[in-house]
Amino acid sequence: MAKADFEIPDIKNGVSVPAVKPGAMAHVKYHPASEAHLTKLGFPAKRVDNWKEVALAKMNELMGKYKSLSLFLDVCVKCGACADKCHYYLGTGDPNNMPVARQELMRKVYRKNFTLGGKLFGGLARAEDLTEEVLREWMAYFHQCSQCRRCSVFCPFGIDTAEISMAAREIMDSIGIGQKYTLEIIAKVHDTGNNLGIPKDALIGTLEFLEEDVKETTGVDVKFPLDQKGAEVMLIVPSADFFSSPHVDSLVGYAKVFHAAGISYTFSSHASEFANFGMFIGSYDNTKKIATRIADAGRDLGVKRIVVGECGHAYRVAYSFWNTLAGPFDYLDKNHSVPTHVCEFTDELLRRNALKLDKSANDEFTVTYHDSCNVARASRMGTEPGGQFEIPRNILKAVCNKYVEMDPEANREKTFCCGGGGGLLSDELLEVRVKGAAPKVSALKEVMDNQGVNTMAMICAICKAQFTKVLPYYDIPMEAVAGVHQLVSNAIQLGDK
Amino acid sequence: MGGLSLLSLVYVALSYAAAAIFVGGLMRKLWGYAVTPNPLCIPTTPSPATKGGVVARLALNIVAFADLFKGNRWTWIGGYAFHVILIAVTVRHLRLFIYPVPPLLAEIQPLALLIAMLLPLPLVYLLARRKMVDRYAWISSPADYGVLILILLIALSGLGLKFVSHSDLVGIKHFLLGLLMFSPVDMPAHPAFIIHLTLVLMLAVYFPYSKLVHAGGVFFSPTRMMVDDPRERRHINPWAAK
Ligand code: SF4
Ligand code: SF4
Repeated sequence: MAKADFEIPDIKNGVSVPAVKPGAMAHVKYHPASEAHLTKLGFPAKRVDNWKEVALAKMNELMGKYKSLSLFLDVCVKCGACADKCHYYLGTGDPNNMPVARQELMRKVYRKNFTLGGKLFGGLARAEDLTEEVLREWMAYFHQCSQCRRCSVFCPFGIDTAEISMAAREIMDSIGIGQKYTLEIIAKVHDTGNNLGIPKDALIGTLEFLEEDVKETTGVDVKFPLDQKGAEVMLIVPSADFFSSPHVDSLVGYAKVFHAAGISYTFSSHASEFANFGMFIGSYDNTKKIATRIADAGRDLGVKRIVVGECGHAYRVAYSFWNTLAGPFDYLDKNHSVPTHVCEFTDELLRRNALKLDKSANDEFTVTYHDSCNVARASRMGTEPGGQFEIPRNILKAVCNKYVEMDPEANREKTFCCGGGGGLLSDELLEVRVKGAAPKVSALKEVMDNQGVNTMAMICAICKAQFTKVLPYYDIPMEAVAGVHQLVSNAIQLGDK
Repeated sequence: MGGLSLLSLVYVALSYAAAAIFVGGLMRKLWGYAVTPNPLCIPTTPSPATKGGVVARLALNIVAFADLFKGNRWTWIGGYAFHVILIAVTVRHLRLFIYPVPPLLAEIQPLALLIAMLLPLPLVYLLARRKMVDRYAWISSPADYGVLILILLIALSGLGLKFVSHSDLVGIKHFLLGLLMFSPVDMPAHPAFIIHLTLVLMLAVYFPYSKLVHAGGVFFSPTRMMVDDPRERRHINPWAAK
């Protein structure tokens, strides 16, 4: 078991709702962003002198711009239905990690400064000014929210705490307080086209290596083309797929699917990143800039379709926001959805019987599927609501003989987040990540213990990175983590169809 | 209006003021929600891909509190009972504001009374729930208890009017109709009625400035009201630069 200097939640008997432990996670601090990154993204280089006024003005501006924010700050009846729904509360017991309490961190400032009742009666309504102390709470607890939207499923008014934490981060950025991990990555994607800051040469090298590697193992010339003008499809993947494990195995899977389908495709060096961290900090402008870069790349390459790889929040941005931010995509073929998820792409081939598969290639695996939060609750695949659950499962069942479902109370619409989403996938937040993963890991452990599961498939780069890191803390090997297209890659038979 | 007693004069003025604050305040709030843009398409999925589907789901949520049912059965029981009883209470009061009382409304009065009488029960239950579960105690402010207590007092004073100190029902009805027709008449100087009315006016004034706006706000929630069709139909952000 991996060692930690904090207590690992005990999941032997599942995860039950913990007693309230005030302040349990108040000590967690993220690394602050550098002046250079803040400036680059259009924020003040350091905390401005009149930060309180600036923050309140920003809050007022956002309430005028976002119906979600203005409504959600008003209508919560504090029924508490969401209180035990957040994986960070379940894993830590810190009451500020109850979604409603997280919202209250902003709501109390709203009451104090923007409502009559709060101005008149202050304490009775729990109205509070934006003090240094409250700001500290914001910094801590708005970075213990992975913006997974689980709370919003159970709220009678659909209140989505993710909207509040995005707004809070935007307000903090606007006064010159930012989180290093997210801001650094956004700066990199603006500069190099991907989150990892991989230059074009390195990308070429990797793709060449992959071509040789696949040739060696399969004897088939599977292509990994870059910047190929006139290709039918531009494939946009999270940059982790190029360099991280097990991500890269799914990348090989995509390439094999394209090869088997006989459809030409290309990666883009200008837009070599699917992820869009702009959303994490609620920054419309940064989100738009990143999305537009991808739209431009597709136009320049003259492709007819855009297919996107395995990444959860990125798929939310692509599915829900691209059309608004970077559309209309009128240069693309109208007969395909923009974007097409690679699972939709593969599923369509499966339906047409266009792929030759040998399921037994995956016989060493008993597979379960983890619904990534943003795919589950902020997007769709196919034409029917819920297609985002069925399509990846269809694929898994087509490529594996042994497939097992996890507890639906912890999956599908009610899926627990991996614990590392929303800009939390950073080392200094490890305690939050390990504890927040407890509910999902507990569901996984149950099927491992009782049904012999040894592999959890998923379609999100962050989930993959998070689980490979945190599973060992629960005595589960990181090899249990797999991409859906990694399993496709194992089963797919290239050559003559 | 010249012949009104001082007490009536005061309460007529207070009633109109409270009504104006209630209606004006609520309209302002709801208008605000209506005109504030949704820059992005943010339904919580899986979500209907058609307007009809969204309306059907909203209906289920209004009629059955479906999301709350999913969220917490114990809270649902209390909250749902409370709101259903409120309908009965409304029916009971409607007969005081309409003249002549339509036959159907008259017919359902006994049933409505039977249900309306139960109002204190869910309120006590909801109060106890807040106190007894540590999570709810943590999130509850004096205002959260306060509004439950206020409604409880209204319920008790109303029941008192009905069952304990029999009030001048005809006089009350005259007074209310007079208010409604803008030709006020004297109010019955009945202590229980004065208390009941005072508490109701307080609630009316509090309503638009509190979490009680959820009653109208529920119709505007973007995660529930937006259609899940961002790929099929380009959602335009009203405040985007271009
Ligand atoms: S479920 Fe919704 S209304 Fe209830 S406490 Fe949570 S956010 Fe507030
Ligand atoms: S969005 Fe997810 S992480 Fe954030 S408060 Fe809700 S349940 Fe917790």
